[in-house]
Amino acid sequence: MQDIRDALLIAPNSEGTLVQRPLSPHLQVYAPQITSVLSIMSRVTGIATSIGTLVLVWWLAAAASGPSAFARVQGFLGSWIGLFVLFGWTASLFYHFFGGLRHLAWDAGYGYSLEATHRSGWAAIIATVVATILVWVIGVAVWPR
Amino acid sequence: MSTSTSNRAPAAGAPATINVRRSQLGRVRGAGSAQSGVHHWYVERATAIALVPLTIWFIISILRLVGSSQPAVAHWAGNPINAALLLALVAMTFHHMQLGLQVVLEDYVPDRKRLMSYVLLIKGAALLLGLIAAISVLKLALV
Repeated sequence: MQDIRDALLIAPNSEGTLVQRPLSPHLQVYAPQITSVLSIMSRVTGIATSIGTLVLVWWLAAAASGPSAFARVQGFLGSWIGLFVLFGWTASLFYHFFGGLRHLAWDAGYGYSLEATHRSGWAAIIATVVATILVWVIGVAVWPR
Repeated sequence: MSTSTSNRAPAAGAPATINVRRSQLGRVRGAGSAQSGVHHWYVERATAIALVPLTIWFIISILRLVGSSQPAVAHWAGNPINAALLLALVAMTFHHMQLGLQVVLEDYVPDRKRLMSYVLLIKGAALLLGLIAAISVLKLALV
């Protein structure tokens, strides 16, 4: 410790451990925590899910247009890039969904303690993984009919 | 209402009570809250709550439709209940989407004119996408 001001920057982090805090915390220097990472994820998945709505609109418009337009969408969605887009959309929709449930609980006044925040955060991650895998297992299982 | 009575001059001898923590001049000039500050926040939550059951219904429906032909999808969307739920899903999704994207833009675009252009662009795109989706559903349901 060379700078005398560094002594003032020793403080507990959100977990309660004493750490040397950065002078100006920002994304580049701030240690990732489940709270901040999931908050950013909520936004990122919101934007990704928004982009995914283009697939929904295309699919509905093609279904309304007729069998040939519909076959084109199905052809794209069945291709590797289509499946990749669908998988990304499913995962980001599920995270935004479960993260959104956390936000609704907070808005109603529940789950503000650090332990509850961590628990609900991990629950959202696990629920996202489980729901995404479940939907794809079911989807692949019924696909050939 | 207590606010209206409290702003009248107190009767002679009555103790002056102040219930409104705003200056009378501020009220007259219309400065301050327009009483709609929470509207955006509220509608974002209201649409989110609506999307909880609608999204679950949609994912289950899509799983049952995987691999279906166009006539099968058209038949499914032609069911009035499915069509109504699809329209509700489309309306809530695009309304929620443009509200959320607006907040992201407001956080990261400092220039007011650019911000307004982007927000209007997002709202216009959401409106058009929602209309295309809604008209498609209506065509499947009614034609």
